[in-house]
Amino acid sequence: MSTAVAYRLVVGVLPWLTIALLSVPVVAGVLGALAPAFGWLPVLGGERLTLVPWRQLFAVPGLVDMARLSLVTGLASAALSLGLVVLFLGSFLHTPLYRRVQRWLSPLLAVPHAAAAIGLAFLLAPSGWVARGLSPWVTGWQYPPDFAFPGDAWGLSLILGLVIKEVPFLLLMSLAALVQCQARERLTVARTLGYRPLTAFLKGVMPGLYPLLRLPLYAVVAFATSTVDVAMILGPTTPPPLAVSVVGWLNDPALSMRFMASAGAMLQLLLTLTALLIWWTLERLVARVSRGWCRDGRRQCGDRWLAGIAWLAMRTVLGLMMAALAGLALWSVAGYWPFPAFLPWPPTAHNWLNAADDLVAPVWQTLGVALAATLVSVVLVLGALEAETQRRRPMRPWAQLILYLPLLVPSVAFLFGLVMMQAQVGVRPGLGAVIIGHAVFVLPYVFLSLAESHRRLDPRWSQQARSLGAGPWRVFWHVRLPLLLTPVLTAAAVGFAVSVGQYLPTILLGAGRVVTVTTEAVSLASGGDRRLTAIYALLQLLLPAIGFMLAMLVPRYVFRRRRDLLPGTD
Amino acid sequence: MKDIRRWLMVVLALLPTASHAYELSDWTSVTQAAKGQTVYWNAWGGDPRTNAYIDWVAEQVKQRYAIDLEHVKVGDTAEAVTRVVAEKAAGNEDQGAVDLIWLNGENFAALKNNDLLYGPWAEQLPNFSLTAPGQNPEVREDFTLPTEGYEAPWGRAQITFYYDSARVDEPPRSIPALLDWAKAHPGRFTYPQPPAFLGTTFLKQALLALTEHPKALYEPVDQADFDAVTQPLWNYLDALHPYLWREGESFPSGGPQMRQLMGDGALSLAFTFTPSAPAAAVLDYQLPPTTRSYFLDNGTLGNVHFVAIPSNAQHKAGALTVANFLLSPEAQAHKQDLAVWGDTTVLDMQRLSPSQREMFASDSRAAESLPPQSSGDTLREPHPSWIEPLEQAWRQRYGAQ
Repeated sequence: MSTAVAYRLVVGVLPWLTIALLSVPVVAGVLGALAPAFGWLPVLGGERLTLVPWRQLFAVPGLVDMARLSLVTGLASAALSLGLVVLFLGSFLHTPLYRRVQRWLSPLLAVPHAAAAIGLAFLLAPSGWVARGLSPWVTGWQYPPDFAFPGDAWGLSLILGLVIKEVPFLLLMSLAALVQCQARERLTVARTLGYRPLTAFLKGVMPGLYPLLRLPLYAVVAFATSTVDVAMILGPTTPPPLAVSVVGWLNDPALSMRFMASAGAMLQLLLTLTALLIWWTLERLVARVSRGWCRDGRRQCGDRWLAGIAWLAMRTVLGLMMAALAGLALWSVAGYWPFPAFLPWPPTAHNWLNAADDLVAPVWQTLGVALAATLVSVVLVLGALEAETQRRRPMRPWAQLILYLPLLVPSVAFLFGLVMMQAQVGVRPGLGAVIIGHAVFVLPYVFLSLAESHRRLDPRWSQQARSLGAGPWRVFWHVRLPLLLTPVLTAAAVGFAVSVGQYLPTILLGAGRVVTVTTEAVSLASGGDRRLTAIYALLQLLLPAIGFMLAMLVPRYVFRRRRDLLPGTD
Repeated sequence: MKDIRRWLMVVLALLPTASHAYELSDWTSVTQAAKGQTVYWNAWGGDPRTNAYIDWVAEQVKQRYAIDLEHVKVGDTAEAVTRVVAEKAAGNEDQGAVDLIWLNGENFAALKNNDLLYGPWAEQLPNFSLTAPGQNPEVREDFTLPTEGYEAPWGRAQITFYYDSARVDEPPRSIPALLDWAKAHPGRFTYPQPPAFLGTTFLKQALLALTEHPKALYEPVDQADFDAVTQPLWNYLDALHPYLWREGESFPSGGPQMRQLMGDGALSLAFTFTPSAPAAAVLDYQLPPTTRSYFLDNGTLGNVHFVAIPSNAQHKAGALTVANFLLSPEAQAHKQDLAVWGDTTVLDMQRLSPSQREMFASDSRAAESLPPQSSGDTLREPHPSWIEPLEQAWRQRYGAQ
């Protein structure tokens, strides 16, 4: 077999493997949860189809409130994040501030959701850092006051917690999209026509940018409406958002609750779909309403005011995140740290030393799993993208949708079913299963980060190489891959970070035998010792940060004599 | 290298192995069969002290029985239960990934009622007789359900209140007194939100103290008039909630968060299920050094916690051997040491030799934070069938505000 045929074969197979990897677990998992929702789970005595679980579910007090809470916090946080990102991009694109923020993006993205939420909770709680800073000299508080934040009944603290994580994600996603929709050129045209910067962006760039952000936004909406860890830390409790309740029911010792829990998981799926539908409708509405506005020819719309707001809001979001992390760092060196002491005194290394012994194994396993899952994902994504180039047409919409499937379907809806399937087909719990499970969640992010750079790669490079007689493998290894080194490494770093943060897939598919810093962090967090939680949260953040650093430094070293191959300072 | 070995072991485990037959009546055959097995023990991993103790157990059983004990740290026992259910649902009858579970009460009842447990075995453990089950019936009873040898006792727990003596002069010594105290100190007490284990226990404790029909609680719930029995509890909570932390509009997620709130100074009175936990938390810099603990005058709820083996566990012999070691005087004494964990033993001191008894001598550090030894009757746990209706009624009244 000639190498060219082999290349074609590999490139032809990889996309299908990708599709299988993404769709089989999700679909099987959903089906696995669907059966118990209708009373079918023989091992627990469910041997006929019935609507009883649904009846029980609808009799749960406060169900409507739970659903409303999930919908409102999810949609509100997504809308706020989008608004903030758009205003910020519009006002500050290509300014020094923008470049500074851009540099912080990747590390911020590496902060696991739960860690950010814990840090934020400590910052804003009645006994938190802000209150400590003002007590007792301003407030007169000797002991923490009793106000309900975080965990307010409106879900405001939950929305805030989601926004500080979603803004960096959307910013990162828009980086690639901005180039793809030729934002610079559009802006130049609009600015020469006399539009103020923000107005130029909103009227000139947004119509091209939004379609490229649509799927990442849907992922944000899906995540925000179904988050469990953030909502457990920052959300209200009477009642909690739906996803939190579903996990509670799934964990209820009374096994008969599993049926209702499965129905709840299905309801969560419907709820997330509803949220997406609402978002889509709003999207249409905004598009229709703004059509006239885009063409009315007015050159400004309160640019300065909005820029001020964007500046302030972005500072607040980033500042909150930094302060939350600083608070965590302090807890990791704290002894007994009572209210209202602003700093833990004296600091101690005791917590780190105590934890050090237990850290070694989880760190290695985390690295192993994350590297393997990332490698699998990068190979599959590159294969899918190469296939796209070869066929000279972009991916079909349905294939795009499958890519997003693991991000759009709430994990409570499919993970239990997935464990059942794992047992059914006899896959041993352990490293292998965990790596595959991680890859399901890592792959979409790798694809998201890599696709645009790959599609923008000038085809003439490979044409030239081919005409000089290089075979397809050689072209790939010696021309295309080196040209793509920076984006591939960045995508790998993103994937690595995603893998490090996975909790449920690790614990469920590994039967708890695969111990990562995240599984340790979550089980220790259930013990409520902030010092330990802080140590593990910092590790959760440190590992991906190292990944991002490598992604930045390696190309600099490799291309030290080919400076034009390094990413520009755009 | 180690990973390669692990992979090899996985591969080997997949091969149909010559079954290590053992007879429960012949204990040497059990320890023989256990040799070289890897036992996956699913136990809550939220407490570093407990984790450290389990690490110690792992070293011991490695030395003594050549067993590799792996602590599978779960955030919630239900995760282990879920796995057993999923495996059984998929027809996995003897290759289960969970070999030993730390559990009690509702989890035990659920697993046993669904035939998901291996047994009976507990009373055949050589060390079981050291618990003197004749004199201490609670080691054979889990929330009133007879264990029938499907789980082996491991430790004891009892509701213990603790407070910051720098802020509280005289803590309330009964459930009715607690209401008056809360009125005098609004916002400084709360309880975890049911169905969190400790929250439900608070409901049961209050119910036992308040109801006019305490006997009914020890029978299955469907034999009683639920409304009549529980009405005093709801009246009490209606009166109490406005004076709780956040005016009873939200609740901590469990005991750990409650301890965190105590550490932050948001609360000045709280409770736990482990009598030594407040003292341990003081040593661990989590609670103020002025923390003191006590039992209520009329007694508090107490129970025993156990270990059980799922019916599809792959390494039953190893699990049995570990369960027996957990009941040995040495392991129990090490566990009770406040510097290690501080979990009360289930052994009966009368059955031990003087030298064995000596191992249980108490530690003096942070002793003043410990509850007084003598006081405090232990109230028995009500029948487990009360739990679900109580939680549901609570949810109905306070769960969605």
